[in-house]
Amino acid sequence: MSTDRIEKRVVLRAPRSRVWRAISDANEFGTWFRMNLDGAFVAGRTVRAKVTIPGYEHMKVEMQVERIEPERYFSYRWHPYPNDPAIDYSAEPMTLVEFTLEDAEGGTALTIVESGFDRIPLARRAEAFRMNDGGWAGQIKNLAAYVT
Amino acid sequence: MSPSRAAAASKSSDAVPVFVALGDPTRLRLLGRLSVEGPLSITRLSRGTGVTRQAITKHLHTLGAAGLVRHARRGRERLWELDRRRVETAKRYLDQISAQWDAALDRLKALVEENG
Repeated sequence: MSTDRIEKRVVLRAPRSRVWRAISDANEFGTWFRMNLDGAFVAGRTVRAKVTIPGYEHMKVEMQVERIEPERYFSYRWHPYPNDPAIDYSAEPMTLVEFTLEDAEGGTALTIVESGFDRIPLARRAEAFRMNDGGWAGQIKNLAAYVT
Repeated sequence: MSPSRAAAASKSSDAVPVFVALGDPTRLRLLGRLSVEGPLSITRLSRGTGVTRQAITKHLHTLGAAGLVRHARRGRERLWELDRRRVETAKRYLDQISAQWDAALDRLKALVEENG
């Protein structure tokens, strides 16, 4: 199994123009990703966002928009899981997120690829699940059971 | 407890030594250095850190007990390096981010399929 990339593919029962709007319009993107973005997606521009998922509100995200090909392709770079406000992630490698749209029977096929994880320092990756709410809360319970 | 929760609990209890090992900033830093710089001696690992060789040795043994690092002899020197279990860390991290994408995709699907 690759530890460098995540790939998701889904068929959405909606026309390509509708799916494109949900991905390329910053407000719509924020609706389903649960972030408040401070500007529109423009190639070469950086958009800042605050995560609105309960428990993750401290997460500040920066998306460097790479390429926009209407109704076909959208890509950006970011720091995955920037969950510790005390850490300056700006010097660390970023991952590349790519959305690709294709026609499919009954709707639109969407492929999402996030790649470049192997360049992220191992300790940072370990912290991500160490500090993860659900995971870590569960681990503390297991730890208590384990040591008592 | 449901069977799936019981399975999840037993799976995560296997991970407890790993979490204990990672639950310390010095040990996380050691892992970080071994991950970036490759195999290193205790002398190299303690230089400039303000942490004694003895303390570094103890931390390395804790990491070793969790299967995160191991030592090997190179000539007269003993070097510490990351164990293959680091792949487990990488996989677990990816699983977590993967689950976040799944949740986001469910919300995207609901948005575009509901109100055209």
